[in-house]
Parts: sequence; structure tokens; C-alpha cells
Amino acid sequence: MAGIVGYGAYIPRKRIKAEEIARQWGRDAASIEKGLLLREKSVPGLDEDTITISVAAGRAALDRAGIDPQRVGALYIGSESHPYAVKPSGTIVVEALGVGPRVHVADFEFACKAGTEAMFVALGLVESGRVEYAMGIGADTSQGAPNDALEFSASAGGAAYLFGREALLADVLETYSYTTDTPDFWRREGEFYPRHGGRFTGEPAYFKHVLAASRGILEKTGLKPKDFRYAVFHMPNGKFPLNAGKTLGFTPQQMETGWLVPTMGNTYSGSSPTGLAAVLDVAAPDDLILITSFGSGAASDSFVLRATALLPERRGRARTVRSMLDHPTRYLTYGQYASYREKIILND
Amino acid sequence: MPSPRYWREVPSRFRLEAVRCRRCGKPSFPARTICPACRGTEFEQIGLTREGTVITSTVLHVAPDEFAMETPYAVAIVETPEGARLMAQLVDCEPSEVKPGLPVALEFRLIRQEGHGGILCYGHKAVPAGA
Amino acid sequence: MRDVAIVGVGMTRFGELWETSLRDLFVQAASDALHSARADHLEAVFIGNMSAGQFVGQEHLGPLLVDHLGMVGVAAGRVESACASGGLALRTAFVEVASGMSDLVMAAGVEKMTDTADVTEVLATASDQELEAYHGITFPGLYAMIARAHMEKHGTTEEDLSWVSVKNHRHGALNPKAQFPAEVTLEAVMRSSMVADPLRLLHCSPVSDGAAAVLLCPLDQAKQYTDRPVRIRASGLATGTMALADRKDIAVLDAVQRSAQRAFTMAGLTPADMHLAEVHDCFAIAEICCVEALGLVAPGTGKSAARTGETALGGRIPVNTSGGLKAKGHPVGATGIAQAIELVEQLRGEAGARQVRGARIGLAQNMGGSGASSVVHIFEGS
Ligand SMILES: [Zn+2]
Repeated sequence: MAGIVGYGAYIPRKRIKAEEIARQWGRDAASIEKGLLLREKSVPGLDEDTITISVAAGRAALDRAGIDPQRVGALYIGSESHPYAVKPSGTIVVEALGVGPRVHVADFEFACKAGTEAMFVALGLVESGRVEYAMGIGADTSQGAPNDALEFSASAGGAAYLFGREALLADVLETYSYTTDTPDFWRREGEFYPRHGGRFTGEPAYFKHVLAASRGILEKTGLKPKDFRYAVFHMPNGKFPLNAGKTLGFTPQQMETGWLVPTMGNTYSGSSPTGLAAVLDVAAPDDLILITSFGSGAASDSFVLRATALLPERRGRARTVRSMLDHPTRYLTYGQYASYREKIILND
Repeated sequence: MPSPRYWREVPSRFRLEAVRCRRCGKPSFPARTICPACRGTEFEQIGLTREGTVITSTVLHVAPDEFAMETPYAVAIVETPEGARLMAQLVDCEPSEVKPGLPVALEFRLIRQEGHGGILCYGHKAVPAGA
Repeated sequence: MRDVAIVGVGMTRFGELWETSLRDLFVQAASDALHSARADHLEAVFIGNMSAGQFVGQEHLGPLLVDHLGMVGVAAGRVESACASGGLALRTAFVEVASGMSDLVMAAGVEKMTDTADVTEVLATASDQELEAYHGITFPGLYAMIARAHMEKHGTTEEDLSWVSVKNHRHGALNPKAQFPAEVTLEAVMRSSMVADPLRLLHCSPVSDGAAAVLLCPLDQAKQYTDRPVRIRASGLATGTMALADRKDIAVLDAVQRSAQRAFTMAGLTPADMHLAEVHDCFAIAEICCVEALGLVAPGTGKSAARTGETALGGRIPVNTSGGLKAKGHPVGATGIAQAIELVEQLRGEAGARQVRGARIGLAQNMGGSGASSVVHIFEGS
């Protein structure tokens, strides 16, 4: 059986509070905090991007696995904010991690789902025996347009998963994907900010795909929501994942560990993978875990995992998600945030 | 920055690859052909630990154009446990709190970029240990 | 080796000389030097220049500048050692004459800095590009690190740094060629804007345009050109590690120590024999480190020498009577030659209000980068 042999996450240390963004635009902070359940979000520095986040998360995954990086045969990065339009992020990440050059590398993009997409492909290659180890990373430094609802959520962070067949920290019991063409959210080449269909991103997009994939994997495995200790659903805001989970029959207790969005924001391709990392930081042997991602466009990937006895002794080799999330170094003003996110027009 | 000049430095910039002189034990970062201490030419390959302590530092308020949007920022000389010293920006902290002896971790970061069209240049920056 | 003398000097005003190009700066200084020695020919010209290529997009200064001097055909070339380029040009000319290769040689220095938008970045090319400048450090930043290390080790204070600026501006106020011929108060220095903590704007030498030139010939031919030749008793050139991180002690400029030792040995003199000195105060901390490294003050007393007046005009060993780089200006390639000119004027007794009474022997120390190169010359009046 194949599964996770190492995992790691990285969340930038700067934050901006929802009330600071609301103040800038004359909006009502309380309604955003109550309506979307968003209190603050991570903000990358000028020196942090999908590549640096991937390196930090990937290094933690290698540290937890304790394997020679040269044995990694494939590495995939899912992101909608690859720093280059043309030129891979993955090549930089493998060089920094000491992986390769005998390695297959690709950058994926599928809105917020690209991270689990990278995990799915990495897992498949390991299961097939094509490579010994493969890493799938989801990371983003996403941008929401100024004064758009997305500005309250679009944040930065990511997680990396190293798959193998021995010394597993979690078995991957099943996967399930559900994909249709649904133009709920997009960004054309050369556009700085994404556009979205407003409320169209909800029912026909997020909920349809998250529920279909989750129900599909439950049916395929014969498991019931009560069989799971933890469930993680993609977190575009605070409310959507809780509603989806509730509809499926999951309790808030099952969801709270991986529900990071109120203080992390939406890390897009890194969202549900980072939620899963927070779960692995605390899961006990034999705990069952459901993770369902969502990417606009649109699709969901579901994974069912079972923690192993090795997990508790390996997780201490790298920082936990909570330790990163709960210790920001600096809260930004909107002006500082605008500068860090390069929203201020400068000459080249 | 021209691509070849940047690319050539990848082993030290990305992986902190260094060497230790087999004759006198002095570490050199990045690798050198001749040991600056004893002129020895036999080296052992080592990788620097991604941590260290601040030897000295400054806080820049006036920067080259490429770094102008980052001011004020701290730059420090950091010594790794191997005894190698390197210069790095110190980030994710109040620049004024950087003092000699501060333990730091070295993280992979974007160091510089030339406008919106040039290559992105990565390397390591220091952050206070445990930050 | 033959004894060598300086027999002519010429220098532009230093400052923001918007209407004057690099070539015109050189021609002014070089013509004045020739005129002062009543010389109408040259055998060789060595031009100290840090970075005309980056400042004004012009390399190949040797033929360009002698062409504009109306002396096509003369042997000429540029020498470079960052901010010590002028000092290196002087040494090169000294060796050319001392060796017997040529009899009348010009050592010049020129820099045109104000044509460039990002002077900070150009200057930073004198640091290690891959290990230092890559990470966004600047020259003030490198000297700020030296300052902090000095503060840590010797208890040097921001006020100590500021007294260096106050003293050098006091001297510069007496120098009509200075970029800032005006005094500054201690309070003004300590309130000036922060550039690289702990160095403030008024701890830093300015961005300047300027040129300077001296004429060298064998001492026994000097009377053809001047009644008052100034003999070059010694030249010492040394290097230190390029990267600041590689220095054993960041607060010590060991290249300066080495260059001084070489010069003192060659001259058969000691620091106590010096009546005055021009030292490379690109930043206030540099003067503190240099007067110690040169042995002009007792170890550990560099920090207080400006405050106590030991290195001020009228003090035991006046340093930077010209105003130094701080007040006189620092067109980098010209600085080493301008220092020599201050020594020549002092040793000839022509320094006017800045005159050090009885001055007969003095030294000039010119430094490149964060102290990776240093050149010391010792001069003696006749
Ligand atoms: Zn050695």
C-alpha cells in the first residue's frame, strides 16, 4: 500500500486583520467576520512566493520522512500563483531541496485544487511502482482584487506531501475525483486579479463538487461520516466548509482541527493540504481522515487516509501548522499590505 | 542579472553547499579552489546547517533601487555551526531588535528581481530562530 | 630605485558639478598640474577611476583623456582599486618614475558620479557582488556593520562618530575647494537622517564630481619644475579579505595596518614621525578605525581622538585638514590624488588657514571597498 511518508507546511508570518481591510473600504467588519467567518489572513513578504513556500514545506516533509532526497523520483507543485508565467517553479524547488536531477517535475494549475492534483499524481506514480518516492505540493500567494470579497480571504501558504510505500505516516485508502466544466472563477493570461461569478461560486460550483466527491468516496469505501475522526474541506471562507460538512453529516468536532481559514485565510492550492497537515500534527494511530479539495473550473479530489503508529514519533521533526498559525510576527496596515502585495504602481 | 551568473551560484545559494579544507579544517562558503587560510587544495564537501548566530548587523534605510521597497531592512553577518560566515538579510522581525548573538534560522527566499520582466533570484535569508 | 618628488598639482573644486563632464574635469585638473610645474610634456599618465563605465558609460579612459589634454601619443591608462583608485594611480606613477622607466609622469584621479541615478548600486560593485551586494547590502551598510562591531568591542558611541564629522567639517570650512565648506554642529549630525544604522547622513561622505592630478619626476630633476618639491618617501599597498564576513575581527581594517607597515618600513619612519595625515573617512567610523590601524593614535583611542581634539587642527596629529572625504567631497577615483595634494600644500606651507605649523612629514591613506585595499604614501617637504 502507498501513503504519506512525510508532510510539511509553511505559512508566512505576516497577517492582516479583516477589520483593517474593512476599514480601508468603509465596510462593516463585523458582518464579514460573522458572515464569512474570516478574522485575519496570512500575507507573504516581498521575498515569499509559491516557490519559497514549496521549499519550506517540502523540506519539512523530507525531514519527517528522513529519506535521502535523491530517492524522490517525481515532484509536482500545484499553484495558481507560479511566479513565472513561463518557466517551472518545480525546477527551483528540486534544486533547493537537493532532489534530482533524476526526477520528473511539473507545475500544475487548477485554481484551488492544484495542490491535491499534485498529490493525486504523486501518489499514483508511487502506487504504480514507477517511482520510489514522489512529492506533491500545493502552495499559493493568491491575490484578491482590492475591495473585492476575495480580498478578505486570499492569503499565502502551502503544504507538501511525500508519498512512498514503506514507513508510512498515513495510508491512503482511497481517492475520488469529480470534475465538470463550470466557469465560476477564472483569470485570463495577463490579468492581475481573478474574476468570479459571485454567488455562482457557491451552489453550482463549490457545493456541487465538494459534496459529489465526498459522497463518492464514502460510497466507494463504504465508510460513514461517523467512522472518521477528522474531515477537511477546501476553505474559500469560513462558512462553506462547515456547511458542506454539515450537509454530509460531519460534526464541527470532526472539522475544527483542519478548519484553519479564520486566521489563515484561503491559501488556494495550499488550503485543504494545509488543513490536512494540521490534522496529521495531532492525529492518533488508526484515525480515519477525509480530505476534499475544490478547484474552480471546477472539480474536487477526495482522499481517505488512515494515520499509522509511526506518525506520532515523526511529526516532531518539523514545525506544526498551529505553531506557525498561532505566532504571527507582525500585523500589517492596509498600506503596508498593499505594498507587500505589490498593489502600488511603481516604475520598473 | 544575467542568467549564467545567477545559475552558476545555485549550489551555494540554493543548498548552502560549502567545503572544508582537509589540511587546516577551515570552512569556505561558497566553495573555493584554494584554501584562504593555508593554500590547501584538498577539500571535503559539506552542507551548511540552516542556522547560526548573528555576528554583527545593520539596518538599511537607504537601499539600491532594487531593494528600495523593502527598507528599512536588517542585514547581518551570520556564523553557522560549521564556523562559516555569510551575509544575509534578516527578516520576519523588527530590524531594530537584531543584536549580536541572536540565534537565527536560514530560510529559502526570493532575494531580488529585476523589474517585472527579469529572472527571479533566490537564496537564503535569516529569521530569528523559533519565529 | 630613484627618489621621486611631486612637482606640480592641480585640482577641480569638488561637488555637484552639473555643467562639467568627466573629460572636462580631468582636463581642468591635469592642465592646472602641468601649468603649476611649467611643464609642456608628459611621458605617461595613470588615471585613477573607479567606475566611469557604470557612472557615465565610458571605459578606455587613457586615450580619451590624453586626447582631450592635447597629448595624443602619451602612454596612458586607467588603474582601479575602487575608492583607492587614486592612491593606486599615485603608486603606479611613483613606481614608473622610481624604476627609471619614465622621468615625467602624471598621476590623476577623476570621477563623475552625478550623471547616475543609482549611485548606491554602482558603489556597491566594490563589495563582493555574489556574497554581499547580491543580498542588498550597501557601502554605508558595510561600514555600519564595522561601526557596530567597533561599538561592541570598544564602547564607541554615536557621539564619537559624530565628532569625526564635526571636526572634518570644521577643517573643510577652511578649504575653498571643498564640496561643503561649512561647519556642522554635533546636534545636526546626530539628528540627520539614518542611512544604515548607526550611520546617519552626516556620518557619510557625499556623492561628488571632481578631478585631481599631480606631476612626478625624479627628485634630482625636480628643480626644473618647482622650487618646492615634495618627496614621496614611501608607498605601501596592501589587501585584505574582500568579504567583510571573512575578516577575523570586523572592527579591524587589517589591509590598512599592512599598507602602513609597508610604508613606514620603506621610509624608515614611525607613526610618531608624522606631523599630519589625510585618511580615508568615507564614513565617520572609517576614520576611527584608520587612525588606529595607522598607529597615529594609541590603540582604543581612535573613538575619542576627534572629540578631544587630538586629530583636529592644532592638535597633536591633525587628521584630514582638507575636510576629509566628508566635507571636501569624495569623487571616488580622485580622492587618493586629492589627499596627496593636501599633503603637498601643507608640506610646502601653502595651506592657508588650514596650515599645520611646521609640517614637514605627513601621510595619506586611501582605501578601497570596505577596507579590502589600502594604499599609504608618506611625503616629506623640502
Ligand atoms: Zn586550509
